Formats: sequence, C-alpha cells, structure tokens
Amino acid sequence: MAKSLAELKAIREKKLNEINLRHGKNGYRVVVGMATCGIAAGARPVMVKLMEEVQAKNLVDVTVAQTGCIGMCKLEPIVEVYDSNDEKVTYVHMTPEKVAKVIEEHLVKGNVVTEYTMTVVDGKVIDTTVKA
Amino acid sequence: MKELSLHILDVTQNSIRANAKLVNLTIFESIAKNEFTITIEDDGCGISAEKLQNVTDPFVTTRTTRKVGLGLSLFKAAAETCGGYFEISSELGVGTKVVASFMRDHIDRVPLGNMPDTVVTMVMSFEETDLIYEHNYNNRSFVFNTREIKETLEVTSLNEPDILHWIREFIRDGLEEIMEEE
Repeated sequence: MAKSLAELKAIREKKLNEINLRHGKNGYRVVVGMATCGIAAGARPVMVKLMEEVQAKNLVDVTVAQTGCIGMCKLEPIVEVYDSNDEKVTYVHMTPEKVAKVIEEHLVKGNVVTEYTMTVVDGKVIDTTVKA
Repeated sequence: MKELSLHILDVTQNSIRANAKLVNLTIFESIAKNEFTITIEDDGCGISAEKLQNVTDPFVTTRTTRKVGLGLSLFKAAAETCGGYFEISSELGVGTKVVASFMRDHIDRVPLGNMPDTVVTMVMSFEETDLIYEHNYNNRSFVFNTREIKETLEVTSLNEPDILHWIREFIRDGLEEIMEEE
C-alpha cells in the first residue's frame, strides 16, 4: 500500500475540515437495508450510487450507512432518509436512477420525492400500492 | 445471488451484528487446483454450539422482523451445487469462521462479481469494524487493510466519499494487477 500513501495523505489534508463537518447535527442520515433480502434485490448499487452522488455534489452534511432487514423484504431495496429531527422518509424499490433524483430533490432541495415512498401511519402501510 | 461477492457482502453483515472488531476475508483462486475458496472470519460474539447445528437451515434466523434466514443457506447451497463444500465453525466470545469452496470451473459457479463495490459497501457498513481482505490469484496476492488506511489518515471511520472513492480504485487496480496475464 506504500505507493499510494502520499495520495491518501493528500485526501486527508484536503478533507480534514469536511470530515469534521460531516459529524455535525444539521444534516441527513441515509440508511440502506443491507440484509440478504436487500442485497439480493440490488442494495449494493443503490449504496454505491448514494456514495457517488454525495461525493459529486459535495454534500458535506449527509452520511450514508447500512441497516438490517426492515421487515418488508418485497419492497427492497429500501432507503430511509432521516432528517436532523430524526423524522424518517422511506423510499422503496430503489434503483441507482431513483437515488439520483432523491439526492437532487430531497437532500439538496428538501422536497420529498413522494412517488418513490410508501405511505405509513403508525407503523402500518395504509397504501399498499407501491407507486412508480 | 448473481455474484459471489454479494454472498460475501451478506455474510459480513452478520459479523457487524455480532459486534466484530475485525473481519478477515480471504479469497483463494487457483486455476491449477481448480479451486475457488472464500473464507470469512470474525472476532464477533460467536454462535452457540446448539445454534450452530441449524444455522444453515433457511427456517432459522435470529431476526425478529421475519421468520426465515436465507443468507448462510444460500451460500451453502451455492458451494455444494458447484462440487464444493461449506463449513461454519464458531466459539462463543471468540468469533465465527465461514468457508465456502467451489470448483472454480464448475458451470454453475457464478462469477466473483464486483469486488470494488462490495468492499466499498462493506466499509460504509462497518463503522469502527476493520477489514483485512486478502486475494490470492494463482499465487499472486493482493492485500487491503482498513487499519493501515485509518492509521495513515488518522481517522476512526472511513465512511467518507473521497476516501471510499480512493478505496474503490485501489481495489480495482490491485485485483487487475494480480489477475493480469503474465
């Protein structure tokens, strides 16, 4: 790994401030269902696309992580977006293409992309029709 | 699963739930021996002897959100379909080891698939957990160690897009290098 050490250090110099910023409280936390059901349905490309878009748009206050099985395996890949108040929006049947739109509309502009969500009240699905 | 690397991603998620500090992933490929073996070893909480007996039973899971556990069952079936074998051993408080071995040229063996993306997804999932990934291809080997990277960068988490991007390229180049024709 020695040959790339300098390159790594350059990343560190450049990004140190942003790395600190990212752990601030104002941003979004995005989690992807990464159990067997999610992985088989295509969670990995969704996760990688999130990473790419966060980097491309330089969204310093967004963290992306994984979660286990959410319990609705047939709606995977599932992406949950938590805002700074811990309010959650659940996106279902996600694809890398849908991720691009969610990043642009929701995480950049603050508008929930309702056509990709599932409607839940008190933990129950009230609208079983999965939109889009 | 369409790729062996997706099985790897899946099994390492168990290590996270077992609170592992370190995951050792070894892939051994040999054309001469017609072998493709994946070993995943963690230092997580381990599985009791009683539970270990039926851990590859699809109708057994520790999850409460659903009643089936397909991850290890699917991995075992994939190996056994390809003239290989599957082994799992574990000790409470010490860790768990999973070995899946395939006949490399078996017609049903799915490709390894996209390891750079799998490793990046693992790193995004791992938080403080470390990964040592060693890939041995016809006696040429590549090693990726998150501890080295964390030490170099003086950070505790690698879940940063710029770092992840670098890791993805590093894995891609490293694997290309060992798989190059001589």
